[in-house]
Amino acid sequence: MASVMLPVEPTPGFSFENCRRNEFLKAKGYKAPVATKTGTTIVGCVFADGVILGADTRATAGSIVADKECAKIHYMAKNMYCCGAGTAADTEATTALISSQLELHRLNTGRVVPVVTAATMLKQMLFRYQGHIGAALILGGVDSNGSHLYTIAPQGSTSKNPFTSMGSGSLAAMSILEKCWKPNMTEEEAKKVIRDAIAAGIFNDLGSGSNVDLCVIRKGSVEYVKPYEKANVKGTRTGNYKFKRGTTEVLSKKVVPIIIEEEIVKPISSDSQMDTS
Amino acid sequence: MSILSYNGGAVVAMKGKNCVAIASDKKFGIQLQLISKEFPKIFEMGPHLYVGLPGLATDTQTVHARLKFRQNLFELKEGTRMSPKVFSSMVSNMLYEKRFGPYFVEPIVVGLEPDTYEPFICNMDLIGNVCFPEDFVVGGTCEDQLFGTCETMWEPDLSPDDLFETISQALMSAFNRDAGSGWGAVVYIIEKDKVTTRHLKTRMD
Repeated sequence: MASVMLPVEPTPGFSFENCRRNEFLKAKGYKAPVATKTGTTIVGCVFADGVILGADTRATAGSIVADKECAKIHYMAKNMYCCGAGTAADTEATTALISSQLELHRLNTGRVVPVVTAATMLKQMLFRYQGHIGAALILGGVDSNGSHLYTIAPQGSTSKNPFTSMGSGSLAAMSILEKCWKPNMTEEEAKKVIRDAIAAGIFNDLGSGSNVDLCVIRKGSVEYVKPYEKANVKGTRTGNYKFKRGTTEVLSKKVVPIIIEEEIVKPISSDSQMDTS
Repeated sequence: MSILSYNGGAVVAMKGKNCVAIASDKKFGIQLQLISKEFPKIFEMGPHLYVGLPGLATDTQTVHARLKFRQNLFELKEGTRMSPKVFSSMVSNMLYEKRFGPYFVEPIVVGLEPDTYEPFICNMDLIGNVCFPEDFVVGGTCEDQLFGTCETMWEPDLSPDDLFETISQALMSAFNRDAGSGWGAVVYIIEKDKVTTRHLKTRMD
């Protein structure tokens, strides 16, 4: 039974119970390990019928590529998506949290949530944590007021732009956007601009790499293409490094069978009548 | 020295054809001093679910105990076993809760999905950012070496016996070049109908 000694529901919000110990270890000279960073190129731009978001797919931990195919374009609501750069866990958790609040908001109000609502919720959350939550975001979406694209910095400042880039590859990406972006582009033109901007990040910024992901948000429809382009295809291995069975010396071996005592399969045919007896 | 390498240890997991493998070394040390050669870093959380917790030894044990506690409550409340996917999001949420004062572990979750028996592997950083790769995951003090060995030795659709050889050789080659881990190894091969545990003969220096 739940009691004061044993709360079933953990208390909400961050827990700081390890902070004092971790500070002590740090003072002793042990370095804290690095968290996974996205080390990213993310871009977004507005075109004639909506918004396009783009991202590379590399995640780094220090100089190691931690994930070659991670997804940096996060779902927020049916009509909006959000690209994340910075500390990977922060972008993931922040977008997931706000996404669930948006769904509750949609159910409460009974209408499509405006993009500005999501932007405000994100900026208020990030400002509350004074930049300690390292999430740099690009929020794009379409609502009854048209297409919107917001840039949200980790400290909570926002700007509304026709095109934008974030992450370590933002400079490379911005050079393409500044050169190629025009107002009222067609979808195909805009896709090309976004693809080129991400590719510029992938090839010129060491923190960005692997594939190009795209997300096209139009009024009433979304097209999430993952991967849109494999910018770097791994070559096929010609040699074979398979070890002969028995190479590894085994001291002891134990096999534990998993016995399935009962398996019940209940077929449901779509044309059968519901049992109302 | 990083807090993660204070006690040392390495864990690696790989996907095979209708099976998954997870392996770790058995060392427990304090900096360069060896304390024990029988320190488990991989824990059974269900018939088809294992978690590896390389990192600071005290946190390996604390996180394992807390995960088991939360998993037990879930399983009692829901009356069903936790699937690897659900389990890994629980781990991720628990670690992110401590975003500003983390546990020094980098968990690796492996298993077979219920009903489909689809292989599942994932790993996390110390604040709970999850990766779901198609091939292998590594963690611990010889992470860099493991990336190298796994990237060359792993290939898709390995049978359970071949997967055992591949993961064992990848792990041993990696920790033979790492002073922080080694001293014996244990390999779990998880299949639909059985789990095979093998203890390996390794260098003991």
